[in-house]
Amino acid sequence: MQLDQLYQEIILDHYKRPHGRGLRDAEDSGDRVEEAHHVNPTCGDEVTVRVATDGTVLHDISYDGMGCSISQASASVLHELLRGRGAREAFEVHEAFVELMSGRGQVTPDEDVLGDGVAFAGVARYPARVKCALLPWMAFKDAAARAGVAASPEVKA
Amino acid sequence: MTSIAIPEGMPQYDDVPRFDVARVRADFPILDREINGHPLVYLDSANTSHKPRQVLDVLDEHYARHNANVSRSVHTLGTEATEAYEGARAKVAAFINAPSVDEVVFTKNSTEAINIVAYAFSNASLRPDADPRFRLGPGDEVVISEMEHHSNIVPWQLLCERTGATLRWFPVTDQGRLDESGLEDLVTERTKIVSLVHVSNILGTVNATSRITARVREVGALLLLDCSQSVPHLPIDVVDLDADYIVFTGHKMCGPTGIGVLWGRAELLAAMPPVFGGGSMIETVTMARSTFAAPPARFEAGTPPIAEAVALGAAVDYLTGVGMRAIQWHEKELTAYALDAFGSVPDLRIFGPTVPVGRGGTISFALGDVHPHDVGQVLDSLGVQVRVGHHCAKPVCNRFGVPAMTRASFYLYTTTEEIDALVAGLEQVRKVFD
Ligand SMILES: Cc1ncc(COP(=O)(O)O)c(C=O)c1O
Repeated sequence: MQLDQLYQEIILDHYKRPHGRGLRDAEDSGDRVEEAHHVNPTCGDEVTVRVATDGTVLHDISYDGMGCSISQASASVLHELLRGRGAREAFEVHEAFVELMSGRGQVTPDEDVLGDGVAFAGVARYPARVKCALLPWMAFKDAAARAGVAASPEVKA
Repeated sequence: MTSIAIPEGMPQYDDVPRFDVARVRADFPILDREINGHPLVYLDSANTSHKPRQVLDVLDEHYARHNANVSRSVHTLGTEATEAYEGARAKVAAFINAPSVDEVVFTKNSTEAINIVAYAFSNASLRPDADPRFRLGPGDEVVISEMEHHSNIVPWQLLCERTGATLRWFPVTDQGRLDESGLEDLVTERTKIVSLVHVSNILGTVNATSRITARVREVGALLLLDCSQSVPHLPIDVVDLDADYIVFTGHKMCGPTGIGVLWGRAELLAAMPPVFGGGSMIETVTMARSTFAAPPARFEAGTPPIAEAVALGAAVDYLTGVGMRAIQWHEKELTAYALDAFGSVPDLRIFGPTVPVGRGGTISFALGDVHPHDVGQVLDSLGVQVRVGHHCAKPVCNRFGVPAMTRASFYLYTTTEEIDALVAGLEQVRKVFD
């Protein structure tokens, strides 16, 4: 297997220069702010994802954590893709990312939906690393649910 | 090469027991594999070792020719299987110089062996008539260390929860050695059992146990040594070691998975209540109650891993054939070579002893701030197999302030060329994550 399929430039860029890193409080005092802390017990990677939302729009997604390039770059991409989006739309992106990562490399990602997330297509071929990529996305889902925005019933992740 | 003359009468370099590594490698079929287009460089033997043809053949032969249940049949196959199973026990006993064959209890692995001891304590604690050495309650203490594998931490945490006893532990020094400075305060009249790793699976440290043993005897406690990483790599003599129990696991010593050993002093095993109930561990059974067989059968309920035990016997024969002293020396040389080579890698930080004294051939390290997952992934693309993560020893990672480490570990089939391949691979890692 080709290493550069896994470590695409985009992933290394997000890892070396993460976007929106650091946990933040809400700018708008009307927002609910909730977070979730997820751990990958097999490797010890940790991430905390925080969501600030008024119930319809995800005003901010902030995060902090420690882990490998894949999990940290994934958190950066998550922030970039979902911040400022409507909750419904965000969960569609979430679903597309989970589907990509569960596809064992057989799913062709849609760049219009996933943006830089398409770079993770190669990661899906490395079963041991899929969990790394999904870690922040799973934490996001929990944090969003705590903040009162859950995936709508027809969206299953 | 310069040569230094060692004065006559002193041990000469050639006196050191040696073996031909190339010939040993030829016994291990898996070493012919290619990984991602590169020759396999297997540096993860502390996780599990490979198996020589001699062991694989015995496993195969057992099922093909001698398969039957043990200790339950008068027929020929049953007798052959029983003889092979008990023969393996005798080989293992001789390998660790156990005074009696009956001191060797076959288990599934080290983890199960430790749990059997912990649950025997637990069961004894529920029975007022049980031997007081195994009875635990509030005020009693169990002592472990900060450098244990999770399998020598969690069973004792659970035991303490069940009995109200207190868990205490030896700290680890910055050099990765057991900190014995508080020995007198830590091991006291309140201590019932001390359970320590003999060789650390993450730091490589070989723990010198004699001071601890002396203190354990002084206060009348018991001593268990987790020898999972020592029995495969150095000559172990339980009489010399003077422990009360040792545990080890077959798959790390050229044997198959699913077989491990609990060795205990005969008198202790005889005084311990059973843990698992079932066939083979009884003396007699009525509907109201049962009485139990003598050890080791008392602790081997149900059909045991017969073929695995027989193959472990073959592994012991194999290791004895090569020579445990020679294996120990080979790994010492590899360790010295690797520590030296790692010194040439920029930004490489070793966790644990940095000199090849009182340490085995297991070296954990960090490469700058590149995450171990990424180190392991790049190395794998070059065929180099190392372990990354917390190595089932999270407290050690916490102690050194990292979430994970990269670990290279050696065995009798490891070569210096493989260490060179690792070092070259690390250069590649640095290029990707500069
Ligand atoms: C020091 C030590 N103790 C215990 C174990 C547990 O061995 P097993 O998983 O075979 O029970 C291991 C190996 O993983 C080990 O290295």
